[in-house]
Amino acid sequence: MINSRFFNRSELLGFLALAVLLLLILPLSLDIFRLNLVAKYLTYAFVGIGLVLCWGYGGILSLGQGVFFGLGGYCMAMYLKLEASSVANTKIQSTPGIPDFMDWNQLTSLPFFWKPFHSFPVTLLAILLVPAFFALIIGAAMFKRRVGGVYFAIITQAIAAILTILIVGQQGYTGGINGITDLRTLHGWDIRTDHAKFILYFVEVVLLFGCIVAAQFIRLTKLGRILVAMREQEDRVRFSGYSVANFKIFAFCAAAVFAAIGGAMFTLEVGFMSPSFVGIVPSIEMVIYTAVGGRMSIFGAVWGALLVNFAKTSLSESFPQLWLFGLGALFIAVVLAFPNGLSGIWADHIQPRIDRLLSSRKSKSAAGMIADGAPAE
Amino acid sequence: MFGDYSISDLGAILAMQGFAGLILFSVYVLMALGLAIIFGQMGVINMAHGEFMILGAYVTWMTSNAVQHVAPWLFPGYFFIAMILAFITSGALGMLVEWALIRHLYKRPLDTLLATWGLSLILQQAYRSIFGAREVGVELPEWMMGSWQATDSIQIPINGMFVMALTILITTVVFYILFWSSWGKQVRAVVQNRVMAGAVGINTEKVDRYTFGLGCGIAGIAGSAFTMIGSTGPTAGQLYIVDTFLVVVFGGAASLFGTIASAFSISQTQSTLEFFLSGSMAKVITLLTIVGILMVRPQGLFALKVRK
Repeated sequence: MINSRFFNRSELLGFLALAVLLLLILPLSLDIFRLNLVAKYLTYAFVGIGLVLCWGYGGILSLGQGVFFGLGGYCMAMYLKLEASSVANTKIQSTPGIPDFMDWNQLTSLPFFWKPFHSFPVTLLAILLVPAFFALIIGAAMFKRRVGGVYFAIITQAIAAILTILIVGQQGYTGGINGITDLRTLHGWDIRTDHAKFILYFVEVVLLFGCIVAAQFIRLTKLGRILVAMREQEDRVRFSGYSVANFKIFAFCAAAVFAAIGGAMFTLEVGFMSPSFVGIVPSIEMVIYTAVGGRMSIFGAVWGALLVNFAKTSLSESFPQLWLFGLGALFIAVVLAFPNGLSGIWADHIQPRIDRLLSSRKSKSAAGMIADGAPAE
Repeated sequence: MFGDYSISDLGAILAMQGFAGLILFSVYVLMALGLAIIFGQMGVINMAHGEFMILGAYVTWMTSNAVQHVAPWLFPGYFFIAMILAFITSGALGMLVEWALIRHLYKRPLDTLLATWGLSLILQQAYRSIFGAREVGVELPEWMMGSWQATDSIQIPINGMFVMALTILITTVVFYILFWSSWGKQVRAVVQNRVMAGAVGINTEKVDRYTFGLGCGIAGIAGSAFTMIGSTGPTAGQLYIVDTFLVVVFGGAASLFGTIASAFSISQTQSTLEFFLSGSMAKVITLLTIVGILMVRPQGLFALKVRK
């Protein structure tokens, strides 16, 4: 149940606006190709929600979210690939029953780490647990030694680079630079049809709202307040007897799990997974979406992912030259002028006016307050 | 993995891979020096550093073309002109960037990372629009080609030796500037205590701008040197930026000596491993080792002993 304490009025409005847009307006007005594109954008919103918790609230900038996005996506892709390469489908290979790229790379049996992905429940568990485990190791190693800030950002970036090089280099085990392609069915259900894409879109939106509620829950509990306190005055939190490292590890793991869900949905929506969604550049782009939407706002992250990707698609369709200029300039502008992104603009400039219009008695100034803004279009 | 080689073969392999590592080391040092000044001394994370390097490479390429057309007699020595031009161009752009962008962000180091990433996207696209997406390579003058036959099985390319000599020269100059000149004293004073440095009459804003410019200018020289051993494309800078940051962090951010030591160990590890494993696995193992060591020793190899 969503009561008024869980979401305050403006957050509830934001939630409803997003729900109406995603569940009614977009599915009714867009054709299936565009709707599938929106679904692709929304997969980044999952990463964005994680980054809001980890970066906006916890102050931990991770430039390696692509790693977790990729791990989630690859787990899903491995399951789908194994299903697509049944013995019947791969009769012409020299070793039937293994994925085609393994056959091209002279592998004769399935590598051990592929075997668990025959099972659907194990795959679902792996999508959540593998990235969380990675994040736990990275987080435990770094935060326990009080590595933070800039160093953490650079090291996560290096990890993204390592994973990309590894995936590209180990072609026989991972599909190399092309990634895992030619995915057909999910548990016997063809994911390539328009109908399936329509259903997957709604599954994704429901999952997204689940993640929003989960993030909101984390934000409102004592845990969320400790995260903010930690960002502002880490030492004071430590002296108060809290284990700063454990809270950071938790935020980082939560962000990793959100990103992994996004990655798994990405594989389902787009139909393949490749290292080009794992490396440094996509990881930083994910941070860009969050920064544009507002690093302090869960809804802002969703809007940022939608709007920046929408701009990317329309700009790169019509002016491929201009797109990178636009993205770069947008990023500089957001960092220099609007550190709280679109939701900051909404909360500082638009929300107060609406409030004034709605009720003259409420004169509480919202300026400077970081509210979780609803859409800023 | 050693089974197929005789002892003397192994010696030659080690020597030649060691030398290949030394060339990589030179490029790392040149790139990391600029970054160590900007990151270690000023605390600014310049993700566009690779793009400043590529700017130097393009300047060298343009100089080489111009010299070939206008003054062919100058060609054997064009490289020295190109390097000076590369230093000036990258340095000037760096100072402009510092003025327009960086100076507003000194209190938010993580945001310099994001803003300069935006800058690097813009610069990459600018290179692509101006110079085309294809990689360009410069023609070397004759005296730089060929190699020096040290023994029967050991060959050392001359351009590699030139890059190394250049690295030693630049490093010496940078050390002189930072540790002996009065300007270097001002830089270090500003780094240690900005307010006090301002109070004793140092123009901190000017020092910041020139320090950033110097770092970027050295990146330009690095790019210039880079053209001698490889070709240059719009996105080549991005390939090196993470490596370079790791070099600086691994060495201990505030220590220039640490930067050189870590550049040496990383490049030697990588080039030696490259011979026995595939290039990608060598890179993975090297990077993993660095990340692993950084997890155990986050302050880097040579940390300054300070109370926090």
